[in-house]
Amino acid sequence: MLTLAHFLTLGAVLFAISVAGIFINRKNVLILLMCIELMLLAVNINFVAFSRFLDVMDGQVFVFFILTVAAAEAAIGLAILIVLFRNRRSINVEDIADLKG
Amino acid sequence: MTISELQLALPEIFVLTMACVILLADLFIAEERRGLTHTLAVGTLIFAAILTGRLMMAPGEVVHAFADTFVRDRFGDVLKVFSYIILAGVYVYAKYYLRQFKLFKGEFYTLTLFALIGVMVMISASSMLTLYLGLELLALSTYALIALNRDSLPGSEAAMKYFILGSLASGMLLYGMSLIFGATGSLQLGEISASLGSGIGDDMLLTFGLVFVVIGIAFKLGAVPFHMWVPDVYHGAPLAITLFIASVPKLAGLALAIRLLDNGLIGLHDDWQAMLAVLAALSLIIGNVVAIAQTNIKRMLAYSTIAHMGFMLLGILAGTPEGYAAAMFYTIVYAIMSAGAFAVIIMLSHNGVEADQLDHFKGLARRNPWHAFLMMMILFSLAGIPVFVGFFAKWQVIAAALSAGFTGLAVLAVITAVIGAFYYLRVVKLMYFDEPDVPERVPAPVDFRAVLTVNGVAVLGLGIFSGGLISLCVSAFV
Repeated sequence: MLTLAHFLTLGAVLFAISVAGIFINRKNVLILLMCIELMLLAVNINFVAFSRFLDVMDGQVFVFFILTVAAAEAAIGLAILIVLFRNRRSINVEDIADLKG
Repeated sequence: MTISELQLALPEIFVLTMACVILLADLFIAEERRGLTHTLAVGTLIFAAILTGRLMMAPGEVVHAFADTFVRDRFGDVLKVFSYIILAGVYVYAKYYLRQFKLFKGEFYTLTLFALIGVMVMISASSMLTLYLGLELLALSTYALIALNRDSLPGSEAAMKYFILGSLASGMLLYGMSLIFGATGSLQLGEISASLGSGIGDDMLLTFGLVFVVIGIAFKLGAVPFHMWVPDVYHGAPLAITLFIASVPKLAGLALAIRLLDNGLIGLHDDWQAMLAVLAALSLIIGNVVAIAQTNIKRMLAYSTIAHMGFMLLGILAGTPEGYAAAMFYTIVYAIMSAGAFAVIIMLSHNGVEADQLDHFKGLARRNPWHAFLMMMILFSLAGIPVFVGFFAKWQVIAAALSAGFTGLAVLAVITAVIGAFYYLRVVKLMYFDEPDVPERVPAPVDFRAVLTVNGVAVLGLGIFSGGLISLCVSAFV
């Protein structure tokens, strides 16, 4: 029998993977974008699980909004990535280090 | 939904409509008549201020609307009116910059207006859902704004960095929100506060949720140790956009913190007070000390922002109406001061070169005595020298921290303010005691100079007559 704890653990594991992915990844900016998507999906699992087990619909409504915002966010992220690539001819994370001080 | 509910959201609806109108109208406006877009945008802000002003005249009770996701109260009204005023100033400053750097396009106005709607929604949010949506509307518009100059390498790099870290922050905030939702069973801030008051809620879920929410807020404010994006974004973004990021969104950051921590999670005050105290102490130290090492004035002002956010947190962590009023006063004053400081940098920028090095300020007093004087007043105010409004702002937040029993933190705030005075006064020294590299006077259009004069004099005037603005902020929390 699946309990709330199972879903929360799944959500926490996915969230941890995505955060680790953002900080450990030194190769490709696209992977960062994937990690951000994964992070939002981990949150969605939490919301749906709570909503189901507490019997409150609000959480599932929130999930729809998060999905919509995630789509907009991916669009803007990819647009910025294209601008960056046109200027730099690379999407390597290590190359994005001009600004410092 | 009733007509009276819609009337409460009239300013938001109006700004949204006008943002769409400007988006479309701009397509049909010829390149040489682009000034019309600017006039429309400024007009939108003036009319929105009238609409919000009318709501303010109405009896000051707190009204919830749209299934308790939206709240109208005096705090929101005051903050919104200041957002319009500061954004109108930003428009006048930005127009001059955008014209010179061939970025004068309609996108700037539509994106900033959409960002303003995000700010307004956040200010008036009474549910975690609206808070999140407002935050994302502001953040997504800002990501695009930073990459406004598509051919600029630093601009696109800054946009990418801000995008990644901003999304990470939103993710953290959302994760925290989901845990708080799980513990209390509600998204409405009022209901969350009520169930915390009656002791409902799993302690572990709440504590984890609170930690993630505070991390999210700290990211958005740029408090240490979540400040990495601030210097890079300020440095890489076009000056007009840095000017925008350094002013209006700070008001939204304050609203985010007060709505979530006070309206929703005041029952956990002891927990978040300790977290904010650590964030404030680190921000004060790192912000002020690292700013000294900067030779790029945009980066210097970025670290100064971090330090100022530390001061602002001192007010919030008190958790009292006086503390919130002090934080609100501080944020409004900070937004006005930083807009003025960036405006002077914009004025000095010519021929496609941003005047972002400290050396550009050499001998400004010989070239433009009046503007050097205005910049000096703004810098004195940022440093917190008496008579100027920045001093009263610092005084209020430090008093709030003292009344909350944080004597050590208050002492630290005073010491770091003295350290911080060094890098502000260094610019004053460059302006007044060094020889200019080029002796010519720096030109600027009439409207730009007029707004800059008002801005600089306001820093002095609000200081001498600080009682009015302070009592306005206090009235927002009674």
